[in-house]
Amino acid sequence: MFEIHCPYCDEKRPEIEFAYAGEAHIVRPNAQDQGEMSDADWSQYMFIRDNVRGEHCERWWHQHGCNMFFNAVRHTVTDKFVMTYKMGKSRPTAKQIADAKK
Amino acid sequence: MKYSAVSLFANALSGHKNWPEQFPDKAPKKEYDVIIVGGGGHGLGAAYYLAKKHGITNVAVLEKGWIGGGNTGRNTTIIRSNYLFDESAGIYDHAVDLWDGLSQELNYNVMFSKRGVLMLAHNVHDVQSFQRHVHANRLNGVDNKWLTPQQCKDFLPILDISEDRRYPVMGGALQMRAGTARHDSVAWGYARAASKLGVDIIQNCKVTGIKRGADGAVEGVETEKGYIGAKKIGVSAAGNSSVLMEMAGLRFPLESYPLQALVSEPVKPVLNCVVMSNAVHAYISQSDKGELVIGAGTDQYTSYSQRGALHIIEHTLMSICEIFPIFKRQRMLRSWGGIVDVTPDRSPIVGKTPVPGLYVNCGWGTGGFKATPGAADMLAHTIAHDAPHKINAPFNLDRFVGGRLIDEAAAAAVAH
Amino acid sequence: MSAFRKSGRGMVDASKPVNFTFDGKAYQGLQGDTLASALLANGVHLTGRSFKYHRPRGIVGAGSEEPNALVAFDRGEGRVTPNVRATTLEIFDGLKAESQNRWPNLKTDIGGFNNIFSMFFPAGFYNKTFKWPASFWDKVYEPFIRNMAGLGPAPKSSDPDVYASVYGHCDVLIVGAGPAGIAAAVAAAKKDQRVILVDEQAEPGGGLLSAQNVEIDGMAAQDWLTKSLTTLRKADNVTVMLRSTAIGYYHDNFVAVNERLTDHIPSVEPGRSREKLHRIRAGKVILAQGGIERPLVFNGNDRPGVMLASAAQTYLGQYGVAVGNEVVVFTSHDSAYQAAFELADANISIAAIVDIRDKISGDLQQAVEARAIDLILGSSVSKTSGKLRINGCEVYTASSGKKQSFQCDALLMSGGWTPSLHLWSHSKGGIKWDADLAAYVPEQANENAVCVGACNGNFGIEAALNAGTKAGGGRKKFKVKEPEFGSGVVLDHLPNYIDSSKQKAFVDFQNDVTEKDIKLAVREGFKSIEHVKRYTTNGMATDQGKTSNLNALEIASKAVGKPIEKVGLTTFRPPYTPTTFGALAGYRDGELFDPTRKTAIDPWAEAQGAVFEPVGIWRRAWYFPKDGEDMHAAVARECKATRDSLGIFDASTLGKIEVVGPDATKFMNLMYSNSWTTLKPGRCRYGLMLREDGYIYDDGVVARMAEDRYHVTTTSGGAPRVYRHMEDYLQTEFQHLDVWLTSTTEQWAVIAINGPNARKLIEPFVEGIDLSKDAFPHMAVREGKICGVPTRLFRVSFTGELGFEINIPSHYGRTVWETLFEAGQSYEICPYGTETMHVLRAEKGFIIVGQDTDGTVTPHDAGMGWAVAKKKKDFVGMRSLKRSDLIADGRKHLIGLLTDDPNVVLEEGAQIVADPNQPIPMDMLGHVTSSYWSESLGRSVAMALVKDGFNRMDETLHVPMPGTTHKAKVVKPVFYDPKGERLNVV
Repeated sequence: MFEIHCPYCDEKRPEIEFAYAGEAHIVRPNAQDQGEMSDADWSQYMFIRDNVRGEHCERWWHQHGCNMFFNAVRHTVTDKFVMTYKMGKSRPTAKQIADAKK
Repeated sequence: MKYSAVSLFANALSGHKNWPEQFPDKAPKKEYDVIIVGGGGHGLGAAYYLAKKHGITNVAVLEKGWIGGGNTGRNTTIIRSNYLFDESAGIYDHAVDLWDGLSQELNYNVMFSKRGVLMLAHNVHDVQSFQRHVHANRLNGVDNKWLTPQQCKDFLPILDISEDRRYPVMGGALQMRAGTARHDSVAWGYARAASKLGVDIIQNCKVTGIKRGADGAVEGVETEKGYIGAKKIGVSAAGNSSVLMEMAGLRFPLESYPLQALVSEPVKPVLNCVVMSNAVHAYISQSDKGELVIGAGTDQYTSYSQRGALHIIEHTLMSICEIFPIFKRQRMLRSWGGIVDVTPDRSPIVGKTPVPGLYVNCGWGTGGFKATPGAADMLAHTIAHDAPHKINAPFNLDRFVGGRLIDEAAAAAVAH
Repeated sequence: MSAFRKSGRGMVDASKPVNFTFDGKAYQGLQGDTLASALLANGVHLTGRSFKYHRPRGIVGAGSEEPNALVAFDRGEGRVTPNVRATTLEIFDGLKAESQNRWPNLKTDIGGFNNIFSMFFPAGFYNKTFKWPASFWDKVYEPFIRNMAGLGPAPKSSDPDVYASVYGHCDVLIVGAGPAGIAAAVAAAKKDQRVILVDEQAEPGGGLLSAQNVEIDGMAAQDWLTKSLTTLRKADNVTVMLRSTAIGYYHDNFVAVNERLTDHIPSVEPGRSREKLHRIRAGKVILAQGGIERPLVFNGNDRPGVMLASAAQTYLGQYGVAVGNEVVVFTSHDSAYQAAFELADANISIAAIVDIRDKISGDLQQAVEARAIDLILGSSVSKTSGKLRINGCEVYTASSGKKQSFQCDALLMSGGWTPSLHLWSHSKGGIKWDADLAAYVPEQANENAVCVGACNGNFGIEAALNAGTKAGGGRKKFKVKEPEFGSGVVLDHLPNYIDSSKQKAFVDFQNDVTEKDIKLAVREGFKSIEHVKRYTTNGMATDQGKTSNLNALEIASKAVGKPIEKVGLTTFRPPYTPTTFGALAGYRDGELFDPTRKTAIDPWAEAQGAVFEPVGIWRRAWYFPKDGEDMHAAVARECKATRDSLGIFDASTLGKIEVVGPDATKFMNLMYSNSWTTLKPGRCRYGLMLREDGYIYDDGVVARMAEDRYHVTTTSGGAPRVYRHMEDYLQTEFQHLDVWLTSTTEQWAVIAINGPNARKLIEPFVEGIDLSKDAFPHMAVREGKICGVPTRLFRVSFTGELGFEINIPSHYGRTVWETLFEAGQSYEICPYGTETMHVLRAEKGFIIVGQDTDGTVTPHDAGMGWAVAKKKKDFVGMRSLKRSDLIADGRKHLIGLLTDDPNVVLEEGAQIVADPNQPIPMDMLGHVTSSYWSESLGRSVAMALVKDGFNRMDETLHVPMPGTTHKAKVVKPVFYDPKGERLNVV
C-alpha cells in the first residue's frame, strides 16, 4: 500500500484513502474542437494512453480525505512517487522531475 | 523423441540420461520470414500454428527472459468460454475446441482438466445477467447451464446455500467443458512442438527496437543479440505491448495494471471445480497438487512492477472466506503479481496494425490464459494471410474509432 | 525424564511435564518444548511422509525452515490446521497432532509404492504420458492424479475461531530478535525512536538461546540476553512482539506481521482472536532475519535421523534434547564442528566427523583431537541405511577409494549458510552473489531498509551485535568471546562410487526433488533457474525452498555450465511462512464483511416480515408476503392495491447529490444530456447521464430547488460513481465553474406514496404546501413540512399513478412512515417492495439503468432521444454519440414484447431470434431485459433490446427456450395507461 503525499492536505496518507483516476494531462477538447474532430481524432482523446514504462503523470483523488483531485508523477517500474502537484498545474518538465528526485 | 508411457519406461531404464532438449537454444539467424516477439503461450503457439498450419517454418520466437515467464506462468489457469457476445464466444470457444485435444496434438500433456467452472449468482441482477449468458450461449452452441441453488450444492457439496448470508447463492451458471490446465506445460508444449517443426526459440533476447523501411513497413528488430530481419513481426508480449508498439511509432489504447494471485498450502481434495463469484470478487480452484489457487483483483493504478499491494490480497481472502468459510483456516503459501494489459472495452486486440507487416495480439486483460490456443491460432492466421480470420476480425483496432466495442463487462453492467 | 533429555540443559522447565499425543500415542514433553523437541526427547524422528514418493521422513531443522516434519494440529471440530511444522508448534497439555499423507499409518503407508516406482516418475513425467487414449484423461488419469493430491487433511467444517487485524506505526521496525535485532533495538530505543521488534519464535534471542561458550562484554550470552531484554521491556518506546512473523514487505515500508495468539494455549476462551495481522508502516526497517543452514545433497540424505547440524545444536542448547546417542557429522563448513563439540561435551558419542574438504584449520583439528573424535577428511557419506530411522552410513574417501561403515542413530549435516533475503527481496532490494560466502547477499536498498547480521552475510555474534547497533543508530562496539564461525566450501556434487542413477540425493525434501531431477531438467533444456523450479517443483513446497533453493541453484549452474549469477535466483514471494487466510481477512468476517447498509425504515419492514434482496451495498424490502403468500401472489396483491388505492414504498436508497452554486445550471448542462436552462425552480425533470463514450450511465429525477440549487437523484447503486464522475469533471475539466457538490444520499429518507388516494393520504399532514392539482402539478417540487418535519416534497411517479416522493431528514424517516401507514389504513394502504416497483414501472415502460440498458445502449437505442438536448454545444458524451457505429443502422433498440400466450412470462435474459428453426449458432437479435406478470393487465409484459427494434413494430419474433419456443409481438414499451391519464386524478 503506497503512502501518497496529498498536495492539498500537505500530508502523506495511506493509499486506501485515495482512488486512482488515470493518466493526467489529457485535456478534454472544447465544444468547438469536438465538432471539428474526426472519429479517429476523438478516439485518441478517449482511448489512447501513453502507458509509459517509467515516469508517469497520473491523477489521484483524495476520496476519503479532502475530496480533491490532484496529479502525481510516479515511476511505473519502481512504483516510487517522484512528486505530487495540484490540479491545474502544467505537466512538470524533465528538469522539475529530476529536481524532485534529489 | 516421442513422449509416451513406453518412452518414459525405456528412459527410466537408462537412468533418464537420454532425453533430448525440449526446445534447444538457438542463436538468431540474420533473417526470418516471421518474428514473434514474446515467448509466452500465445507467442509460442502462434509460431507453432504458423509452422503447422501455414507451412511457415522460418520463424523465430524472441523472449526477453525465459519462455512462459510472463502471464503464462502467473495466472490462475482458468479456462472457459461462456461469454455473452457472439464475437467473444467465438474466439474463446474456438480456444476451448483447441484445448480439447491439445495434449495429443502437441504430444505433451498440458493437463487440461474439464472439471467445470461454476459462476455464482448472488443477487437478482446476477441472476438476470447469468441467464442472459446461458441463453445466448445455448443458441451459440456454447456449453453453459443454469443451476438452482440446490443444484449448485449438489454439484459442489461444500457450498453454503443458506439464504441469510450476506451474499446468498441465488443460483449459478455451470460450464462443464471448462476447467483448468497446467500453465507452464502449455508454453513448454508449444515450444517443443514448434522447435520440432523448425522454429527457433531464442530466450534472453530482449527486443529494443522495431525497424521500419522507407515505405513504413517493418524490416526487422533490434535485440540484445543484434539486429534480426523479418518482413513480418507479430507482437504477443502481454505486459509490454504499449512499450513494443511505441517502438514502431504506434500509441495504443492500453493500460497495464498489476494483477495478483496466490495459492494455499496443499491439502487433500476438497474443491472439485472452478468457482467464480463476480459479485464478491472470488475466483478459486484446487490444483492437481492440492493447492487452492486463488485469483485476486487488479490494483487500481497502472504499473510494470509485478508487485501488488497487501490490501488487495486481504480483500481477496476475505471474499474467499465469505463464500467458503471452511477455508478460513487454510494458509496462504505464496502470492505473486503479473502485469495485465487492459483495453477500454476489456476485449483483446488481435490483428493487423497501421504499420505494414506488424501484427499484434494484446489487451487480453485478466483473461488471456484461457484464450491461449485460440489467440495463437488467430495471430498465426492473420500473419500468414496478412488478413484476419473471421473469428478475430471483430477484435481490430478500428473499433475504438467507430465505437463498435465488445464490452462484456459493460454488458454485465459490472462496475469496474 | 525421557530417554534423550539431557537434564540441566536448555530453557525447558523440567518441573512441568506436558502430556500430548502424536498419531494417537501418548507422549510426555516439558513446558517450553516444541512438538519436534518433545518427540526427539522421546526418541521419535519419523514424523511424516514426503509428497510424491511417500518416503518416510524425519525432523530436519529446528525452526520455520523445516521441510519434512509437517503435522495436522487438531484442536477439535473446524480447528484442524494442516501442514503445521512440528518445529514451531509449542506443546501444551492435551495437544493432539497427527502425521500426514500416509495411509493407513505412518509406519506402513500404501502410497509408499510410489517410491518403488519412483524411477518412472522423474520431474515432468506427467507432461510425457497420460495422453492416450484421449478419453482416459478425463475419466481415469486426471481424477486419479487429483485424488493423490495434497499433503494435509482437507477442511471439513467452518473455522469457529476469530481473527484480528490492526495497523501499526513506528520509527524503526526490526525483524528478528537475535543478537543483531536486539542490539539494534537497544540502540534505537536510546535514540528515543519508537521501536517495534518482532520475532517468529516464542522466546526472543535467536541463536543466543542455545549459544554455548559465548561471552558478550564479559557476560555469559544468556545473561546479556536477559539484561538486554529487561532494558527493552522497561522502555516505553519499545514494543517486543513474539510469535510474530514478518510475512511480507510491501511498498513504502509497509510490513505485514502475523502474530499467533492462542495456538500455544491449552484452553482458549471463546471469542479470543487466534491470530492478529499487524500492518506496520515503519520509518526505517532493520532486517535481522539471520541465516539458514544448508543441507548436503548426498545419497540417502532424507532418512529420518539425518538433520541439520545447527538444529541438533538448538535441540541440545535450547531444549536439552539429544537428537541421538551415536552421531555422525557430515559437513563442508566449519560451523558444524561446533555442533559436534557441543554434543560431544554433553556426552553424546560422535562416531565421526566427515568433511568434504581435504584440510581444515589447525585450531579446529586440535579441538577435534582433544575430544578424540574420528575425523575423516576429503570424504563424503556415500549411502545411509535404516528403514524408518537411520542406523548407519558408509563413508567414501575418493582419493583412496576407501569405504568405512559407521553405526549411528543420527547424522548431522552442514553445507554452509544461506543469508535470509526473503523480506529484503520482497522490498525489491538488490542482491549480489558473494563468491567467498557462496551465497547471495543484499546490495542496494529500494526502501529505507538495511540488513544486519547473518542475513547480510556477517556471521558471528560479535559481527551481528555491532552491525545491529550501528543500524539502530548506536556507536557501541561489542567484545565477544565466541568460537570462530569459520568458512566452508560448496560442491554441487559429492563424490560417490555408486552410479548416479542408483542414488537418491534429495534437494527439496518435501517435494521429493532429487539432484537427478535438476540435472534432468537442465538436460531437457530448462536452463533458467525459474524453469528448473517449475519443471522440478523445487522450492515450491510449503517451506518455499528455504533449505533447498541454493543447493538447487548450485547443481543447476554446474549442469548448465554457467556461473551461478548468470543462472539467476528464483523470486522470493510473500508470505515468509504460510499465513492463515483468516488472519489476512481479519475482522472483516461474517457481518463485518461488506456490512449491509439499511435504510431508516428497514427495521419496520423487517418487523412486517418483508423478504429482502441485496441491491449493491443495500438490502431492500423485496416484497411483503402475507399469510404464506409466495412471491408471485404477494407482488400481484401489492400491484393491485397500489393501482386501486394506495401503495407506500421505501425509496431511501436512491442516490442524492446536492449541486449548488452560481454555475450549477451550466454544470448540470454539461453533466446531463438534457437541458436544464429552461427548468424553473420548483420543477423537476428526468435527467439522463451519459459517459463520455455516449452510453447511458445513470438516470434519475432532478429537482431545481432554486436558481442555484439542484437536488439530484441517482440510481440506488449508482450514487458513488455518479458523485465521483461529477467531482472529476468539476475539478479537472470544468474548473472554471463555481459549483459545490455534496453527497446527501444518507441525509434523506424517501417515502414514495403512489395510487389514486395518494394526495388524500398526505394532505392532512402537509403544512405550507398547496397540494392542489394546479398549484402542485406533476414534476413539481415544494418545501414545507409533513408530520411537522421539514420536507422536500416531490410530485413524481415511477408507477404511472398519482405519486409523491417525500424527502425528510433520515432520522424522521421511520416516524413519518409509521404515521402515514397508520393513516393509510382507511385507504387499505399497502407497503410494497422492489419487485412490485419493478412491475409497476415496467407496465409504464420506465427503464432501469443496468437492467434495460447495459453499458452499450445510447439514449436513442433506449427510445429516449428526447432526453438529448439538440441545442447544447457540449455535454459529456455528446461527441461520442456522433461516432459512426453509434449512428449506424441495425443497432439494438428497446421495445416492448407481448407474448402470443398471455400467460407466458418470458425469462429475463432470454434471447430473441427471427427464425427459430435455424441451425446453431443462431443469429440472435437481442434479449429480454425486463419481464413480469402484470396483474393490472391480466397478462405478461416484457421489454427487450432487439436489433432494429423500432422498425419491427408488430413483427412476431421468437424466443427459443429449452424444449419450447415462445412467440412474441414487438410493441411500444408502454403497456399501461399510455396517455398518462392516471397521473391527473383529482
